[in-house]
Amino acid sequence: MAKRSISLKVNGRLYEQDVEPRLTLVDFLRNELDLTGTHVGCEHGVCGACTVLIDGRSARSCLTFAVQADGCELMTVEGLAPADGELGVLQQAFRDQHGLQCGFCTPGMLMSLTELLRDNPDPSEEEVRDVLTGNLCRCTGYAGAVAAALEAARRLRTQRGA
Amino acid sequence: MKPAPFNYHVPRSVEEVTTLLASLENAKVLAGGQSLVPMMNFRYVIVDHIVDLAKVEGLAGISITNGRMRIGAMTRQRELEFSPEVARYCPLMREALLHVGHRQTRNRGTIGGSLAHADPAAELPTVCAAHDAVIEIVSRRGTRKIPFHEFNLAFMTTAIEPDEIVTAIELPLWASGHGYSFNEFSRRRGDFAIVGAATLIEIDPDLMVQRASLRLCGVGIGPLRITAAEAALVGKRFDRGTARAAAAAAKAITPISDIHASSDYRRHLAEVLAFRTLRDAAERCGVRI
Repeated sequence: MAKRSISLKVNGRLYEQDVEPRLTLVDFLRNELDLTGTHVGCEHGVCGACTVLIDGRSARSCLTFAVQADGCELMTVEGLAPADGELGVLQQAFRDQHGLQCGFCTPGMLMSLTELLRDNPDPSEEEVRDVLTGNLCRCTGYAGAVAAALEAARRLRTQRGA
Repeated sequence: MKPAPFNYHVPRSVEEVTTLLASLENAKVLAGGQSLVPMMNFRYVIVDHIVDLAKVEGLAGISITNGRMRIGAMTRQRELEFSPEVARYCPLMREALLHVGHRQTRNRGTIGGSLAHADPAAELPTVCAAHDAVIEIVSRRGTRKIPFHEFNLAFMTTAIEPDEIVTAIELPLWASGHGYSFNEFSRRRGDFAIVGAATLIEIDPDLMVQRASLRLCGVGIGPLRITAAEAALVGKRFDRGTARAAAAAAKAITPISDIHASSDYRRHLAEVLAFRTLRDAAERCGVRI
């Protein structure tokens, strides 16, 4: 099957590449661009580990083909840290509130919550839990992740207010 | 798992799509991909051609004319969830959407895709059934409009022919102030319903039921109309007894048994959910029982 040329931005950087149509976006990110922060879990849209932002909206990158992302702007977990060796506000809150244990689901959770906190700077615990139903976590029981999301929202509001 | 190889097409117009579908062998239409792509990853679906509708002009959007809401097939579930028009004129759909997958899948999933996929437990087809929606289908041979009760033909099988696509869904709207309720039982939030119920109701100031629509999902090949329940409501005074009698009628079905639940358990859920949606729908038009 003929390869197709795609051009897309990931974390602000432009990539142009020829890809097989059947290549999923998560495999493209990991294997072609070496952006291995996005994890592959179930490969059928259930676990949410591969969640990235496509044109600002959270989506399963295992349920999107790379060819569909032609012309799109993507953000992955690598785009959250302000600089190498530093953590973004949400990442720091996850660390402080024990929002992760094994860390496998964390990149997906961070991207889902990045979208939520952008759309709603002051979400209720209920809203945070609703969004996190889309990310399976087998370690934490979610309490730490929910606390981290609410803590990050507080810190971001303070930052903006300051 | 990884999908089998396929050729990818990105048409820009409905005409281009129908021309492709008229000539390609073993082609499948890709809408939001939230059901099709998992099936491709599992290799339940192996196709030679994928025709992506994402860049087709004019397939997305919501408009209201003459008491009907027209929704373009490629309108994302997210757009419907956050649409003020849907919340105002078709609140049943808004309530049902909160049970459809998760925000991360609703961001991409479309209403047309949900209807074409026709999972027997899916929420959006149930809402379309409750509203007696009309499905607009287009091919090179022309445009046809199918009433929802003629759309679902068998298990995960619809009236859409291989050379056709769904272009829009038209929902006849109910009078303002109508009661509505969608409720379902699933093991985990965002899963398909084991059983779900959708109710629309109009009750006049003398508490007489003027109009009622009750549909169940998860119990048959597609959304199931409970005619006996509707008959037990329309023209009757709405009280707890009427609601109980209608809900009991919802129990007179023969649902499927599968790994998720037995037929008996589904029958029990049918009655419980029918009652709850009737009670909640009535409360929303000002009648408390």
